[in-house]
Amino acid sequence: MAEVKRAVALISGGLDSMLAAKVIMEQGVQVEGVNFYTGFCVEGHTHAIRRSDKAKQKRNNALWVAEQLGIKLHIVDVIEEYKDVLLNPKHGYGKHVNPCLDCKVFMVKKAQAWSFMTDNNFDFIITGEVMGQRPMSQRRETMPVIARESGVEDRLLRPLCAKHLPETLPEREGWVDREQLYDFHGRNRKPQIALAEQFGFTDWAQPAGGCCFLTNADYAAKLRDLWDARGERDYELDDIMLLKVGRHIRPAPHFKLIVGREEGENKYLEGYKNTFISLASSSHPGPLAIIDGRADDADVELAARIVGRYSQGREADTFSVEVRLPDGTAHTLHTSPLGADELPAAWHV
Amino acid sequence: MPVIRTQDAIRELAAGACLTVFATDPGTLHDIPAWVRVHGHKLLVAEPRGEEFFFRIEVS
Repeated sequence: MAEVKRAVALISGGLDSMLAAKVIMEQGVQVEGVNFYTGFCVEGHTHAIRRSDKAKQKRNNALWVAEQLGIKLHIVDVIEEYKDVLLNPKHGYGKHVNPCLDCKVFMVKKAQAWSFMTDNNFDFIITGEVMGQRPMSQRRETMPVIARESGVEDRLLRPLCAKHLPETLPEREGWVDREQLYDFHGRNRKPQIALAEQFGFTDWAQPAGGCCFLTNADYAAKLRDLWDARGERDYELDDIMLLKVGRHIRPAPHFKLIVGREEGENKYLEGYKNTFISLASSSHPGPLAIIDGRADDADVELAARIVGRYSQGREADTFSVEVRLPDGTAHTLHTSPLGADELPAAWHV
Repeated sequence: MPVIRTQDAIRELAAGACLTVFATDPGTLHDIPAWVRVHGHKLLVAEPRGEEFFFRIEVS
């Protein structure tokens, strides 16, 4: 009896990686999924925070895909290692702070390393890449770069656009039939949707604006601001999580205020009360805010006035906040809300 | 992150062992049960408890 071949599928949670895995599974290959957690994912966590996103799917899409396919999914925390990819990309950035080509090389390389490390003896690696779809990493000239620089070489198979690429080892060896692979290319989603319907999939992730915050202009601006303010291009997980939440307002180079925009964000920011100075509206309904940076008494008062600006007391003569220090000590500060014309646009990060 | 920590903890446990998870991430209410189903373990409890979310998983 022929030995069953095994493949690792990079599963982002999007439609293409789901289809790529399914195509190979249909050819009798045993597939397991791997997903890499960089901290910059747009969906799931972010939507779980915000009450206003309650209509949106609050799920880890990679796990959901694994369940639809009936495959195991291994989620690998790569936050620390990913720093070098983000901060020192050999192939540079795309439009914002997205190091997409280096990112793909890194993930394919990690998939291979993971498969060896866990003694799973996978025979090849598959991705849902489609030539011509993504502007930085999914181009005819960059797809071979990923195979080469990851070290996976011709054991990297892209089922959805394999017919546009040279034959890979799995095809040459007859582990998969090239004739049953696809020739998708470009940004048109219709072929993928047709294939999904053919497989009987009725739902899939549809991330508007992309699935990675590093491709988002606003997020990129906040990340650059963070680096500028700290004088170094570094970050921790909490930093990159907080960049996804709230209004970021920087009145001075040495501190910024993160102001919750709604109930869910306020609740999320409460989790940082023991790390940052926090300001909670007390005289009127309003947001919770935290101060990131060094703030003296005058800065804290300004922060309180900014919180007032975003509260229901914005037109009141007086406004109060409870100022809480990380050590738990708190006091009430009475002030007045900042006027609409007193908050310069330049302060908004 | 809670899912990753759950996954890594369960990797060290033998079949029949139980893992208790406390999380503050509201996404866990969907994600941890999904992970348990995907990997064929048994979800004994999944519920909000005050400000946290509580799970109990039996390793298969």
